[in-house]
Amino acid sequence: MAAHLSYGRVNLNILREAARKELREFLDKCAGSKAIVWDEYLTGPFGLIAQYSLLKEHEVEKMFTLKGGRVPPADVKNIIFFVRPRLELMDIIAENVISEEKLPAPREAHILFVPRRSLLCEQRLKEQGVLNSFTNIDEYILDLIPYDGDLLSMESESAFRECYLENDQTSLFHTAKGLMTLQALYGTIPQIFGKGECARHVANMMLRMKREFAGSQNQILPVFDTLLLLDRNVDLLTPLATQLTYEGLIDEIYGITNGYVKLPPEKFAQKKPGEGGKDLPTEPKKLQLNSAEELYAEIRDKNFNAVGAALSKKAKIISAAFEERHNAKTVGEIKNFVSQLPHMQAARSSLANHTSVAELIKDITSAFEPFSLPLFHTSSYKNFKPISGDNLSSESFFDNLTVEQEFMTGVDTDKINTYIEDCIAQKDPLIKILRLVCMQSVCNNGLKQKVLDYYKREILQTYGYEHILTLNNLEKVGLLKPQTTTRNNYPTIRKTLKLWMEDANEQNPNDISYVYSGYAPLSVRLTQVLARPGWRSIEEVLKMLPGPHFEERQQLPSGLHKKRQQGENRTTLVFFLGGVTYAEIAALRFLSQMEDGGTEYIIATTKLINGTSWVKSLMDRPEAQIL
Amino acid sequence: MAFVTANWNPLGDAFYRKVELYEMGWSLKDGLRECLVAAAPYGGPIALLKEPQRRSPSARPQLEIYSSSGVTMASFVWKSGVVKQLGWTVCDDLLCIQEDGTILIYDLFGNFKRHFSMGNEVGQSQVLEAKVFHSPYGTGVAIVTGASRFTLATNIDDLKLRRLPEVPGLQGAPPCWAVLTQDRQSKVLVANGADIFILDNAVCTPVNPPGLSPQATSIVHMCVSFSYKYLALFTDSGHVWMGSTDLKEKLSEVDTKVRNTPKQMAWCRRPKSREPSVVIMWDRHLLVVGVCKDTIPYHLDDDSVLVPELDGVRIVNGTHHELLQEVPAACEEIFKIASMAPGALLLEALKEYEKESQKADEYLREIKEQNLLGEAVRQCVEAAGHEQEAETQKTLLRAASFGKCFLSNFSPEPQVCMCRDLRVLNAVRDYTVGIPLTHMQFRQMTVRVLIDRLVYRKLYPLAIEICRYLKTPEYQGVSRVLKHWACCKVQQKEEADENIARAISLKLGEAAGISYSEIATKAYECGRTELAIKLLEFEPRSGEQVPLLLKIKRSQLALSKAIESGDTDLVYTVVTYLKNEMNRGDFFMTLRNQPVALSLYRQLTEEEMRLLRFQRRLEEEKGECLLGFSLHDTISTLLSLGLHKHAEQLYKEFRVPDKRYWWLKLTALAEKEDWEELEKFAKSKKSPIGYLPFVEVCVKRQNKYEAKKYVSKVTLDQKVKAHLSVGDLEGAADAAIERRNEGEIGAVLSRCSPATDRALVERLNRAKATAAKK
Repeated sequence: MAAHLSYGRVNLNILREAARKELREFLDKCAGSKAIVWDEYLTGPFGLIAQYSLLKEHEVEKMFTLKGGRVPPADVKNIIFFVRPRLELMDIIAENVISEEKLPAPREAHILFVPRRSLLCEQRLKEQGVLNSFTNIDEYILDLIPYDGDLLSMESESAFRECYLENDQTSLFHTAKGLMTLQALYGTIPQIFGKGECARHVANMMLRMKREFAGSQNQILPVFDTLLLLDRNVDLLTPLATQLTYEGLIDEIYGITNGYVKLPPEKFAQKKPGEGGKDLPTEPKKLQLNSAEELYAEIRDKNFNAVGAALSKKAKIISAAFEERHNAKTVGEIKNFVSQLPHMQAARSSLANHTSVAELIKDITSAFEPFSLPLFHTSSYKNFKPISGDNLSSESFFDNLTVEQEFMTGVDTDKINTYIEDCIAQKDPLIKILRLVCMQSVCNNGLKQKVLDYYKREILQTYGYEHILTLNNLEKVGLLKPQTTTRNNYPTIRKTLKLWMEDANEQNPNDISYVYSGYAPLSVRLTQVLARPGWRSIEEVLKMLPGPHFEERQQLPSGLHKKRQQGENRTTLVFFLGGVTYAEIAALRFLSQMEDGGTEYIIATTKLINGTSWVKSLMDRPEAQIL
Repeated sequence: MAFVTANWNPLGDAFYRKVELYEMGWSLKDGLRECLVAAAPYGGPIALLKEPQRRSPSARPQLEIYSSSGVTMASFVWKSGVVKQLGWTVCDDLLCIQEDGTILIYDLFGNFKRHFSMGNEVGQSQVLEAKVFHSPYGTGVAIVTGASRFTLATNIDDLKLRRLPEVPGLQGAPPCWAVLTQDRQSKVLVANGADIFILDNAVCTPVNPPGLSPQATSIVHMCVSFSYKYLALFTDSGHVWMGSTDLKEKLSEVDTKVRNTPKQMAWCRRPKSREPSVVIMWDRHLLVVGVCKDTIPYHLDDDSVLVPELDGVRIVNGTHHELLQEVPAACEEIFKIASMAPGALLLEALKEYEKESQKADEYLREIKEQNLLGEAVRQCVEAAGHEQEAETQKTLLRAASFGKCFLSNFSPEPQVCMCRDLRVLNAVRDYTVGIPLTHMQFRQMTVRVLIDRLVYRKLYPLAIEICRYLKTPEYQGVSRVLKHWACCKVQQKEEADENIARAISLKLGEAAGISYSEIATKAYECGRTELAIKLLEFEPRSGEQVPLLLKIKRSQLALSKAIESGDTDLVYTVVTYLKNEMNRGDFFMTLRNQPVALSLYRQLTEEEMRLLRFQRRLEEEKGECLLGFSLHDTISTLLSLGLHKHAEQLYKEFRVPDKRYWWLKLTALAEKEDWEELEKFAKSKKSPIGYLPFVEVCVKRQNKYEAKKYVSKVTLDQKVKAHLSVGDLEGAADAAIERRNEGEIGAVLSRCSPATDRALVERLNRAKATAAKK
């Protein structure tokens, strides 16, 4: 079920299995039939660890969503609350438990805190007078969740906000704990590199925790050679830019949560001859996106402009495969063909799905080099109507991209930008505005006070004064800032790290810059330079970026020193503290696959983000202005 | 070497030997006469209390603590009550059991640690006799009181007193009794005349030793073996009965022909003993009585004490310390006169070889022919382990390695281990250390416990050397020793805090797994708070560090440490603590950290107030509720309501940029579909946002007719876009061709259908070609 986790360089299924084992152990602790009451947020991440079948095997008969009042009737012996350690949830649980105890035959209650139990929560339960009602209060340490064959995420939505805005470093503590767990399973990582305050903090905690465990030497041959810890605030630019890989665009436009995306259903309607699509489905189409799907694994990281060609090639291969049936003469040949049918049919339905997804995206992005989509018949352009009122219509998508690229190449970043002005005047979505203004600020190493004040006034007058808090937040985390020195060091950083590549090849990329059609993500450049030729070559630039950079070594017991075979690649775990985008992941995968790369990357993060979800996490009262 | 067998005596099929361990380092005027003596097993320390009964204040008894070799470790005047019995705990603490039932605990160096009582009722009746015993649960104490009642505590560290049932007919102290551990329970075996009873928690059960000789009218002495498995009874008829402690089996019964009550009696056996025996001691006479009924008599020069061990009995007197044991099989095989065992031959071979005699070869051949060389090597290695003399050990090990030269595929492991063990054993047997462990005892007690023993004696350097030599994992070895050293160090009151902290950090440095909080706790307990704080700086585990800091009332420091740890729960622990400890004002002051508002924000806030005032006024005047709308939305609403003047007023008052105002008004008018007003507005002055927005807004409202009005006003570079959005392909084509812009031509082409716009497509393609050429 999670085979795709074990295909990669590092078998992440070990981690998943460890997590499953612990879950089973907890479930068995509560003997007898049980119902689980879910903190809704957790269902997504848990889905990546265990399906319902596992729960069922351990006598979980019912599942409910946590809400006030009482737990619905179900003939079970135990009720288990699976919750994050949040005070507001404790109150709800208390309410549930109190009404349960009024029943003639109350069920046994248990709590499983994910990822950690918390004193405050227990205190709250005590205040509510229910702490002693629980037979088991336990924690389920789910720090790093295997997301894909090369990807781990903590799915901690507000990690960036907590660390950089609220100065709450709990998520970093969990990160360090998670890395310790990872090391317990995959061996001590001999080399740790890092850049940024949070990175430093995590490394310190790891070294400290290692000393705490001292004495119990880890005897596992290290799987990872290097750990690179990167603060998101070292590279604030990348998430602001619109991702242009297939997966990145899906995320930008529709948002991927816990490996699933919900899409408008129209394009997925099963067209049966004669029906002509009378009854369009209204439920959004839910697709799972991971490397288990062969076609998706192939195209997810391509620049969207190369996806069309890939899909049409695939289409040809599949129809050729189906044509084979005409050549099958002997019984053996037919049998052989039939045996391949399920696989082929799966491939065909996968192709159909992704063709639809690509069309959906193309509708929104088509002005972005329209001729590079050969799969789509020119006639399909006729059917294309900009969806009125949709702010991500093709025009605006293209204009937006143009401005982004101007900023990234350093064009007029010190002036008030007309496009932004126009967008504010038309009251485009606030997050779009904020992304652009922040990007301009980042690319100019801060905005002139006059420019900054102008934007602020415009935004507050247009979207309301309550956003003053949001603007203040953005300033606190450094996304928006007044220029303090006259010197703008962004051009130096851009040139030294080659952040802009004029001739990015989208079809057959030779550089990571293809993921943003020209812009090479700074974070990934840092990673690339670290592998070769090393950070010493970019000391100057590193000093310009915020936070310290460092290197630590962890002693391995003798005998665990790896003897590298000739041509054997190094494995580096890159940990993005505060989030990573799909495009960055794509860029790292590209580096892993480079023939003479010499390094393979596993990616870990606190949360998979895109510019929108990221900026949203920094807004106050965000629910009010997403409209 | 030649006299290895000189001290051997045959007993049954085996031999017994009495080996001297030490000439005692102490100088006791009267030997052990009139002394209470307690010697701990496993070569532990010896405590002496001279003349315990003397109570006049002028001549208080002296309590002395020695190592097994008689080196003084502590000596002090006993000032407390009358001591009935001394004993050692498994942790090398001395128990002094007083007449009144109080038990005082001292460490090896005579420092008082604590005391406890065996119960209130003991006070009046007084302790008549007491015994200290060891079990898997720790060290226990049993007493019998003047009221002939037994009280028992199985583990003095987890004190639970058990008063045992009454023994029928017992008056005063019983003639003899013993404690044994059976079925995970400690019981007392007591004799009263010819009767024997077993006392457990609930009942007193009379028992009958099977086959006890009928001549006996009373049992006068008894002893239980080291393992609690065997029992020996001595009767007034001079018989020794030997059997199992469950009294189900009789092993033997021997008439010693001595009717005096023995002073002491002890089992002398080893695991897998061939000829186990009981050693019985009278004033100047020692008799080894084998189960086989053979006996060996020894004469004693001096008052002595028997110390039962796992594999023999130690005999301590005023001048000497000896070990009496059955000669181990391997030693017997090798050293027995005229032995032809492979080990013996191998030893001979070595001797000849060292003499450079060819006989060496003959002996070797003889062993090899029988295919017993491996066995020979094994015998030599094993025998080396049982010898006390370093020279003998060396010879045997040399013989083993000599023999090994002629073997292939023979694991060197046992020999290497034996060499290592012996090196450690010889080091601790040294006179200055005085722990006369046998190899068998060492294996039984484990390195860990040996290290503990050395630590209790403050022999830190030796302990560390041994850990390093045996490659004990740091956590269990060196680090643990260092921690104990540091705990001891912080108690040195004469040294300054800084010096101690520095010395400790210097020595402990990077040693893994040191618990600094334990050391700090120790320092705090000794009243050295500052030192404790200094030491806590080194503690890597915040979870340990923070609670202690709170305990010693350094809450600020605790808070910052907790924050440093990154463990939020720990922070909350401190905060909750602070909340309870501090008054509210201080609490909030501590936590307060608010950034000062920036000036722009202040300005904007004022602006917001003005807007709110305007909105309220508007509500009053026009009845339109706009309260809470943003400026943008307010203006937009005003425009759509046709309140242009009001909109204008806001535009000016809030200095709304022209561009935005134009966008606002444009959108509002188009939404209202007020095309006339829109046209007027377009003509009012030159648009700061150009005219493409006019076109687009109209198209968006599905009004191409209106849109077309503005196309001509659009600047050249946006013209193609403008034409396209009103659906005028020709116009777009013209503009694109005029501009000779390849991209734009392409964009127009993409909207053309090859079927209907053939001419246009051709024209565009031609233009594209020329543009491309250029």
